[in-house]
Amino acid sequence: MVTVSDYAGLKPAWCPGCGNFGILEALNRALIEMKIEPHQVLLVSGIGQAGKLPHYTRGNVFNSLHGRPVPPAIGAKIANSGLIVIAISGDGDAYGEGGNHFLHAARRNHDITYLVHNNRVYGLTKGQASPTSDVGFITKTTPYGAASPINPIALAIVSGASFVGRGFAGDIDHLSNVIKKGITHRGFALIDILQPCISFNHKNTFQWYQERVYKLEDERYDLSDKKAALEKALMWGEGIPIGIIYEENLPVYEDQLPALSEGPLVKQKIDPRRVEELLAEFM
Amino acid sequence: MLLTGNEAISLGAIAAGCKFMAAYPMTPASSIMEYMAAKSKDLDLVMVHAEDEIAAINMAIGAAYAGVRAMTATSGSGLCLMVEGIGLAGITETPVVIIDGQRPGPAVGLPTRTEQGDLQFVLHAHHGDFPRAVLAPAIIEDAFWVTVKAFNWAEKYQLPVIILTDQHLASSHATVDPLDLSQVPIDRGTLFSEKEDDPLEYMRHRVTKFGISPRAFPGLGKALVVTDCDEHDEEGHLTEDAGERTAQVQKRLRKLIPLEKEIGTPQKYGPKKAETTLISWGSTYGAIHEAVDILRKEDTSVNMLHLNELWPFPSKAVADAVSKARNSYAIENNATGQLARLIKAETGYDVSGRILKYDGRPFTPAYIAQAVRKERC
Repeated sequence: MVTVSDYAGLKPAWCPGCGNFGILEALNRALIEMKIEPHQVLLVSGIGQAGKLPHYTRGNVFNSLHGRPVPPAIGAKIANSGLIVIAISGDGDAYGEGGNHFLHAARRNHDITYLVHNNRVYGLTKGQASPTSDVGFITKTTPYGAASPINPIALAIVSGASFVGRGFAGDIDHLSNVIKKGITHRGFALIDILQPCISFNHKNTFQWYQERVYKLEDERYDLSDKKAALEKALMWGEGIPIGIIYEENLPVYEDQLPALSEGPLVKQKIDPRRVEELLAEFM
Repeated sequence: MLLTGNEAISLGAIAAGCKFMAAYPMTPASSIMEYMAAKSKDLDLVMVHAEDEIAAINMAIGAAYAGVRAMTATSGSGLCLMVEGIGLAGITETPVVIIDGQRPGPAVGLPTRTEQGDLQFVLHAHHGDFPRAVLAPAIIEDAFWVTVKAFNWAEKYQLPVIILTDQHLASSHATVDPLDLSQVPIDRGTLFSEKEDDPLEYMRHRVTKFGISPRAFPGLGKALVVTDCDEHDEEGHLTEDAGERTAQVQKRLRKLIPLEKEIGTPQKYGPKKAETTLISWGSTYGAIHEAVDILRKEDTSVNMLHLNELWPFPSKAVADAVSKARNSYAIENNATGQLARLIKAETGYDVSGRILKYDGRPFTPAYIAQAVRKERC
């Protein structure tokens, strides 16, 4: 039996009241309810306040460089396809420094889950604009206001991700369910998480989101309808949809690798004599 | 057998049990990823054509962390993008093999020509202090064995190993005696055993006498494998503690002590004692070897000292040779004598001359012989 104590990690060094606490709780709850043990999970994070999350729970951890959780997560998933691989980023990590990896991981449809703590500001470096900051958001690095934000949900859909969801750090039950579905989904699952930053983003507060988010589960639409999903992706402002926005079964990158049909690479024996058949080709 | 340098590297990697490669195409390294991809089905390996070099090295590091022998291959300006990964492998102590097929730089330089311009770069690429190994095959057969060695060293010492080839070696063909696969050693280094030790006590970065912490692989047992590109404690969790920081830096650098002992003596050719010693590294071996023969036929007293294993630097052997020769000439396919500078830095000795070529073309024996004659005048 998997319990809360299995996922008791180090004491978080986040600001009291940070949206990250809700995300940590939602992830732990998802793993516990799915009866996943910590040694079955690999958490690969980048740099930023979100990147610290794996230290505050338990599991295998590869805390990688800024913007880079996705590539090592892919390498580890291919090396051991038995691992449940969850990559963890913030908005700067995922959509700024790691933008290219995000697009191509979605396109190739790797079987990993990607949680992006999107607080629309840089927290770790203390309050600069991020790729998802509002137009005109004034910070020390954008004294005349930030440029237009990217739309990660729409970007993931058009890039070929097979699961695109959005959660809210202030609704732990709902977020936990979206995370569970993302983990269960085979293929690249992006979950963009609306995360209030109490220190540096005084606009997108818990209250601001609470007044605007609504659950897509209350509506009915075909989740594999890309056009309908894109319409939801473009909604922002007075009504912000949360839940699964797009989901389709698409070919999974790892399923197309013939080497993995023999089981996880890491369990395969090394035998130099296998090269004998190749040498014959050079005689 | 008729092999190119890149084919020899690919075969060496597969023989050594490399199961994962990620790379981005770049001349002269692309044929390695193409070969690995072509053989991926029959030999049960994976080659990922990544979106860029940054992704490539980070994917390889992820695969290696998860317990699979992994590599990437590129050329100098691709390696520029990979530099962050060299340090990531350094601090997370992840074994990874990086092939740098050199071509003339900087930037795009002469993209389809040859040069040995990356030696000083790969010795220093990345900030901070951490151990690495640098190898440079001399001939095509070497490329096979050096690659095997690189995978063993990477895992034994848990660090990045860089193999320096160049367009000249990568793309040239040579006849090679059949490779004896029974001589391929596989040494995966110190591994954690859950039968002998309690997995709940496992610490990925445990401080040990020679700095080598037993490796466990995520998901294969109950041990949690935790590592971080931040400075970390023995368990792998990020820390700001001054004592933990110092202990981890020292632990990583201590790995150089046993590694230094593995570095082979540089190859020698010609008489034991000679007035002139030609010093070289990497793919210039063949041309210099032949130049020594030409010069000796003219009764010139000359021999050669050739380095295949460049880092950790074999200081004693090189200092010995340079201090004993009346003339010592570094012969290098670069503009500044990068090995000569390394010799000065590591031994304190200056070579007496530098024979350099940086027009993108490899040396010929006649070119070297003529240059030596000129230097000796």
